[in-house]
Amino acid sequence: MSVEGAKIVPSHHLDSLFRADRLPHILCPGCGIGPAMHCFAQAMLDSGIPLERHVCVSGIGCTGRVAGYVNVDSYHTTHGRAIPFALGISVVRPDLKVTVFSGDGDLISIGGNHFIHAARRNINLNVICVNNFNYGMTGGQAGPTTPLGAKAATAPYGNAERPFSLPYLAAAVGATFVARWTALHVRQLKEAMVRAMKKKGFTFIEVLAPCPTGFGRPNNIGDGLEEMERYRSRCVVNHRAALHELDLDLRRIDQPFILGNFVDIDRPHFRPPVIEQGPAAEFGRDDRSADGGGAAMEGAP
Amino acid sequence: MTTRRPVNWTSAKIPQGQVYVLPERCKGCRFCIEFCPKKVLAESGSINAKGYHYPVVAPGKEADCVHCRFCDLVCPEFAIFTEERK
Repeated sequence: MSVEGAKIVPSHHLDSLFRADRLPHILCPGCGIGPAMHCFAQAMLDSGIPLERHVCVSGIGCTGRVAGYVNVDSYHTTHGRAIPFALGISVVRPDLKVTVFSGDGDLISIGGNHFIHAARRNINLNVICVNNFNYGMTGGQAGPTTPLGAKAATAPYGNAERPFSLPYLAAAVGATFVARWTALHVRQLKEAMVRAMKKKGFTFIEVLAPCPTGFGRPNNIGDGLEEMERYRSRCVVNHRAALHELDLDLRRIDQPFILGNFVDIDRPHFRPPVIEQGPAAEFGRDDRSADGGGAAMEGAP
Repeated sequence: MTTRRPVNWTSAKIPQGQVYVLPERCKGCRFCIEFCPKKVLAESGSINAKGYHYPVVAPGKEADCVHCRFCDLVCPEFAIFTEERK
């Protein structure tokens, strides 16, 4: 067997899942959105659902660019309104698998109300929230996930506000599947995405991602690699962790970051009667949305 | 739930991987180099058109890749992947 080093090739084996003519993407070196997007593409393949039935909806922000890069039907919507657009698609076409892929500033801050009410109604929707602890695209302003005391462009003396704990919030408002992984835990993240895609109802996956430009630089986290190294050394996987103890602060070295698939329950999802009996009813039958091994999703995380 | 089973050493075979790189997509974040479990990768001496050092296989590690695909999944730029050598 001839053994040689790295071979240089012109295309990637997943290029058919991306609009490869737009690559390389706009994201900074060391950004964690790339691995999350990669896991999403791999999860779409592994879910067994045909790519024609996948829809990706994004809002505004760095993560909002993802809808422009994945080569499935996708929607780049107005700021914070990714979930209402996705709700429309999901309710009228229950045979489609709708994924909202957006950032913390878009989903939780500006779209916070849409988020909690979509989860309360239990709309059949996957939400993947890339959390980088700030508003990255607009220049590193403090957002609703910026840790207490962290520096940001709009908080030069430290952020005075308590941040959201996103899995706690999602579980409290009724999401049927809640997970938190990082951009380094790519295999677990991909598995969580596959599980969410096979599940009916509102699912939420938080992806902790390095933002070396917006969050790292003012907080003495040198680059994306250093933040990934913190994930590697300090993350603890505990699927049965108490949800109210999931607060995290990347700058503190005395507490672990808890990851896991925290919630996996079944609850009837939102199916309005007007759709079930109206003109769009031919799309409304659940048997069309065959989801592969959906029955295999029972059991503890 | 999957159940873990012990590996059968007589039939288990460690796969060998071939690394493929797309140098012009690399932005030099070093994720693949740092997190390769077998430490197969290293920075190239040369740079791509944007001035980044892309990954290459470190000298003497050509046969060490086990095709775990971690570099593939963690690469933010879709600039590296592996395939199993037959």
